[in-house]
Amino acid sequence: MAYDKFEVLTSTAYPLPIENVDTDQIIPARFLKATERVDFDINFFRDWRFNADGTPKADFPLNQEKYAGSKILVGGRNFGSGSSREHAAWSVYDFGLRCVISSEFADIFKNNCLNVGVLPVQVSAEFADKLFAAIEADPKTEIKVDLPNQTVTLLATGESESFDINLYKKDNMLNGFDDIDYLKNIEGEITEFASKRPF
Amino acid sequence: MATTLFDKVWDSHVVRHVQDGPDVFFIDRHFIHEVTSPVAFLGLESRGNSVLYPERTFATADHNTPTINQHLPVEDALSANQLDALERNAKKHGISHWGLGDVNNGIVHVVGPENGITLPGATIVCGDSHTSTHGAFGAIAFGIGTSEVEMVLSTQCIMQSKPKKMRINVNGKLGLGVTPKDVALYIISKQTTSGATGYFVEYAGDVFEDMTMEGRMTVCNLSIEMGARGGMIAPDEKTFEYIKGRSQTPKGADWDKAMEYWKTLKTDEGATFDAEFNYDAADIEPMITYGTNPGMGMGVTKDIPTAESLKGGVETYRKSLGYMNFHEGDTMIGKKIDFVFLGSCTNGRIEDFRAFCSVVKGRKKADHVTAWLVPGSHKVVDQIKEEGLDKIITEAGFVLREPGCSACLAMNDDKIPAGKLSVSTSNRNFEGRQGPGSRTLLASPLVAAASAVEGVVTDPRTILTANANA
Ligand code: SF4
Repeated sequence: MAYDKFEVLTSTAYPLPIENVDTDQIIPARFLKATERVDFDINFFRDWRFNADGTPKADFPLNQEKYAGSKILVGGRNFGSGSSREHAAWSVYDFGLRCVISSEFADIFKNNCLNVGVLPVQVSAEFADKLFAAIEADPKTEIKVDLPNQTVTLLATGESESFDINLYKKDNMLNGFDDIDYLKNIEGEITEFASKRPF
Repeated sequence: MATTLFDKVWDSHVVRHVQDGPDVFFIDRHFIHEVTSPVAFLGLESRGNSVLYPERTFATADHNTPTINQHLPVEDALSANQLDALERNAKKHGISHWGLGDVNNGIVHVVGPENGITLPGATIVCGDSHTSTHGAFGAIAFGIGTSEVEMVLSTQCIMQSKPKKMRINVNGKLGLGVTPKDVALYIISKQTTSGATGYFVEYAGDVFEDMTMEGRMTVCNLSIEMGARGGMIAPDEKTFEYIKGRSQTPKGADWDKAMEYWKTLKTDEGATFDAEFNYDAADIEPMITYGTNPGMGMGVTKDIPTAESLKGGVETYRKSLGYMNFHEGDTMIGKKIDFVFLGSCTNGRIEDFRAFCSVVKGRKKADHVTAWLVPGSHKVVDQIKEEGLDKIITEAGFVLREPGCSACLAMNDDKIPAGKLSVSTSNRNFEGRQGPGSRTLLASPLVAAASAVEGVVTDPRTILTANANA
């Protein structure tokens, strides 16, 4: 699935300072019944965003006008744990977010994000705390995520931290490529390898 | 050079190493189910690709299936649509498909080993995080996302960075009423829900050597719940005995050749790990969880810890207890429960039903408890009947349902209602996992059985001891 290239993103951010946010919260299982990838934004954080009767919960950050339109979400430690459902990463993307920042990501969620065009940015716990504090002090505070230079900057103060991403994945994100393009190109090598497998 | 089991299997599956990038990693066996595969097939077709090795992919319907009246058409239109899509896609691309009612049908991580698809030294993936189950056979097995499902379909490879290595040793003898589920919940409570993030775990020590294959599957299954990519156990005679003669295992000369390879699959003396932990079997009690992630577990006789006594966010902890409607310092024993769920890829195998029956035999289900007993596959159902466990179950006032994931993730009608408290043998106690607003206590089949007959959270050792003295 093609996605838009990612270079430099400057945006306000939704804060979600809760630890161990699992993918069952990001998109509950009962909304996984589709056979196409459409409208996953609607049920993004369904049970935290809406009451049982469908009315929005006013105090949940994703519903608050002051953060509306942000393209970044800053989450608590161990973000995206649990189920491997890629629907969670789709719902992040479909909701209009291109970047999730956390001090720690669960592995499968992180991979899924990279595969669908959402940049997972892992920062130190101290820097994550600074981001939360800055957003709390000013919901309109902007964060700049610079993929070519691998830095994330709090524009108001100029405080910055670098983040890791392997060069291959970085290249994919910068160009909007995905792994299948790469793998299809080396199919001959793969079939040669497969012919030698014992089972 | 001394190498680990994990290195041996991983390195032999690397087609190519991308500079400053991941490995092109070859996949021997691929399982698909109705929920995470439809979009992968759409992607495959929209790019004009075909399935490169259809004989390496196996489809089963499980996540979304009803657990009663499976002979009737599936009522929920969306579920039926997903099941149809799976069948259509499998047929079209020449993939073997075990749909609803098929003798081989069941939960993907139960039917894989049953049919000998799971082999030592293999690489196995599925769009489901509990694929880690298959590590019990000395395979590298882990969950992937839908984009990766498409990669495997079209190229039999995924792009993966090699995880770090962790070894967890548990030595000693397990006490009365302490099952593989308890060993896993104990380890996760020590590691926390993210302690093994970035690692692949090898389990070693007498406790795992003494364990049955089914027990090992339960342990490896839960590896993901401490953040690990997967977990594995070196294959031994028990492993070979288990897989021998199953429908898809190598036969004759192929078997002999495979055995030569399989016998090399162990961690060499002196091989090193990035992290290593040692636990003592004597410290492990029957376990229960009290919060909203599987790391929030403790011995069933203990009291819920105070926020201050734990490292980690106090606010997140209090939010979790708030959801459960529990308080710091609460005793779990004696808490009134509403539901019991026996099943899932964690505890839906024959040994789990035997364990459950060892407690409920000659007793009665508490009147106010609703119990769902859901075998992991049709083969498990057959075995239950062959051993006469179905009679014990019925006489104790329980009903046996048909196989599927059921209340483990509550995609079908098996949903625990809001506010209700369930003792479940499944693997996740996340908010709403078993239905919006549901509250889950993860535990072993023994704890589930004891709680089902008493109607409150119960230490199974009281019943097991009474049985022994009777
Ligand atoms: S039983 Fe639960 S954890 Fe296992 S495959 Fe089904 S939904 Fe996933």
